[in-house]
Amino acid sequence: METIELTSALEQGKDTLEAIVKESGVQVTRCYQCGKCTGGCPVAFAMDKAPREIMRLLQLGLVEEALRSKTIWLCASCDTCSTRCPREVDIAKVMETLRIMAKKKGYITEKRMDLFHNLFLKSVETTGRVYEGGLVLGRNILGMQPFRDVHLGPSMFLKGKISPLPHIIKDNGEVKKIFANVRKRGGNV
Amino acid sequence: MKRVGVFICHCGTNIAQAVDCEKVAQNAQAFPGVAFSTDYKYMCAEPGQDLIKKAISEHRLDRVVVASCSPRMHEPTFRKCLERAGLNPYLLEMANIREHCAWVHPDDKERATLKATELVRMAVAKVIQNEPLDRSTIPITKRALVIGGGIAGIQAALDIANAGHLVDIVEKEPSIGGRMAQIDKTFPTLDCSACILTPKMVEVANHPNVRLITYSEVEKVEGYVGNFEVTIRQKARSVDLSACTGCGLCTEKCPTKVPSEFEMEMMNRKAIYTPFPQAIPNKPVIDRENCRYFKTGKCGVCQKLCPAQAVDFTQEDQLVTERYGAIVVATGFDLFDDSVYGEYGYGRYKDVITGLHFERLVNASGPTMGKIKRPSDGQEPKNVVFIKCVGSRDEAKGKAYCSKTCCMYTAKHATLVREKIKDSNVYVFYMDVRTPGKGYEEFYTRTTDQYGAKYLRGRVSKIYEKGGKLIVRGEDTLLGRQIEIEADMVVLATAMVAKENAAELAQMIGFSYDQDNFYTEAHPKLAPVETHTAGVFLAGACQGPKDIPDSVAQASAAAVKVCGLLSKERMETEPTISIVNEAICAGCGMCVTVCPYKAIELKFIQERVDGKVINRRVASVNSGLCQGCGACTVACRSAALNLKHFTNEQILAEVDALCL
Repeated sequence: METIELTSALEQGKDTLEAIVKESGVQVTRCYQCGKCTGGCPVAFAMDKAPREIMRLLQLGLVEEALRSKTIWLCASCDTCSTRCPREVDIAKVMETLRIMAKKKGYITEKRMDLFHNLFLKSVETTGRVYEGGLVLGRNILGMQPFRDVHLGPSMFLKGKISPLPHIIKDNGEVKKIFANVRKRGGNV
Repeated sequence: MKRVGVFICHCGTNIAQAVDCEKVAQNAQAFPGVAFSTDYKYMCAEPGQDLIKKAISEHRLDRVVVASCSPRMHEPTFRKCLERAGLNPYLLEMANIREHCAWVHPDDKERATLKATELVRMAVAKVIQNEPLDRSTIPITKRALVIGGGIAGIQAALDIANAGHLVDIVEKEPSIGGRMAQIDKTFPTLDCSACILTPKMVEVANHPNVRLITYSEVEKVEGYVGNFEVTIRQKARSVDLSACTGCGLCTEKCPTKVPSEFEMEMMNRKAIYTPFPQAIPNKPVIDRENCRYFKTGKCGVCQKLCPAQAVDFTQEDQLVTERYGAIVVATGFDLFDDSVYGEYGYGRYKDVITGLHFERLVNASGPTMGKIKRPSDGQEPKNVVFIKCVGSRDEAKGKAYCSKTCCMYTAKHATLVREKIKDSNVYVFYMDVRTPGKGYEEFYTRTTDQYGAKYLRGRVSKIYEKGGKLIVRGEDTLLGRQIEIEADMVVLATAMVAKENAAELAQMIGFSYDQDNFYTEAHPKLAPVETHTAGVFLAGACQGPKDIPDSVAQASAAAVKVCGLLSKERMETEPTISIVNEAICAGCGMCVTVCPYKAIELKFIQERVDGKVINRRVASVNSGLCQGCGACTVACRSAALNLKHFTNEQILAEVDALCL
């Protein structure tokens, strides 16, 4: 087991941690490590580090380790953790902040999640809403899992959940403007 | 010419690190009337007081200003010092250069020094105007009132009564005993709660100096230390206590069943009932809200059958007014409402219960005769999960504080489950285990080592039902993994909260409470049982979460304070009260309406005007009742009222000193 030299870790992580606190508006020191977030997390089974452990890493200044975790990419932003937290720590918001920062730094530990996010946004930008068929197709082909969940396709098609052609909303220009604005402000979409 | 002495205190470094005390003393030398001025490290200590006394005689001082801390703490100290030096104690003035200056301006020494100088200048100006005042004395009513008949109230009453003073206990419920009567066993010794409580209940009930006023509430409190006038509402019991023999026939025959509050609604009681078998007085009461006679006018079975003819449907609430010298408030606590946690399902799942429910479930006289059976189907639970800090240490939905008792009672519950159900598994979800009491840590260690309770560090995230089991989900934070337990019963260690009407009572008596409605002690370390209101003391969990040993200790402490008060025949009163200048009083009566102590009334005086005798109406202050709040002096349009020691002239002298 690797020993952490805490004094230097805290010093090194200081600036990044400050940025995270400022960006997310969440004071990570408030977490008292009760684990209520992790206990109720629906995707914790797939995570490499529990949400509580991410908070602990941040408290100790081990920001790099948090940024390189898979956890931040697997978080489904369902907000159960934030809703139940007895210390009113918005954990989901911290995950989002970490995700943005990781992407800027080029640490994408779950490529398919990033791919999903990109395709989702691309779809919204082009059609004004999500084109499910295209999203599934793109995700499976580019994610190199062409047959993933295909057995669900027919019944979803019959129930009208996915259609072969995209629906384009009436005034698509407005949505495009939103995207342009986000880019103008340095948004990475 | 007056000769004022000015004494600047460093308060160690408390004042000196923000204020240049030496310079303030130098500056003071130039103020009009100042004959002597100096500074010292600790003015309140023996050498500091000697310094003042010596200066008084050496420099023939007739007025003293001490610039130090708030007068709340040390004004009495310095007044006594002046008395010993032969000066009237009211010729002292204090300038608060600690709380009002040093502590609030720690970063700017120059300006803090300037402010301290100005505060001293004002005090000097006022002290020159001060008049010598004499204290008078008033008689003390030698009877104490204890509000609340739980273990704290009982202990306080017993100690006061054993010291030879009269004491009344006012209890809201039909019986004394309080929460402790509901509890099964007590930590850390596991002796039975009733076995140690009921002898005390009997003792207090039979004590010649104690009067029990049960099923009653305090309705109004007037007066002040030594002479409180308390109005008590004795609720209609519908049973004549002097005639009733407590045979129980009425309860047996009563046709109406109501969920029992004492049994946490896990068992029924009748509409005419005694709350529990060892109740004192062991005589029934009619719950008028549920009684068939009071609801429909028909029935009256109890009255017809009562051999002593004690049932009286015509009884009405009675208001009695009594005088007391001191009051002990021991009103106890309530439980937090766990249903705010949707994720725990309290109220939705029958087998998710509170610790107090569990106490009744293990109690030999409880709904299951002491056999642990889960409420839903009466089966013996094999896997029992305890969750600590439910409602406590939770700023989001509960209370920020630690309820202090849950760590120990949960360890006790875990032990009891393992003792009574041999093949059971006990899991305790905790965040910290806090056992700072005598024998407490050893008890907790036994719970894990000897009784094999499994302690899991983490806060439970969710409880849901699956196949007749309660699935408890959380994280073992020491392992960093999600865990699930299939439980048969879940016990929530529920937070202790202040009584629902705690704030109301505090406002009625006139003392302070905190943001959680727990009563505030006068000083957290040095006056833990006093309130800021003289003559009102605190005991038990109404002041903050407390276990039985702490409540009893605090009750005895409060009793000593009461005895100290009641052991005197007369009490000195402050001379800082209002006086009326009858010559300019217009008799408008404005002061009468604003006086919170009902100390002012109007009277007629005879006067000669132009040779004729006329009767004129003027205000008159009752010196025994006036508390010197000054409300009347502000309300008086003709400035006929003045507060001694804070006269209009004295206050103006201060303002002039600062502004002119």
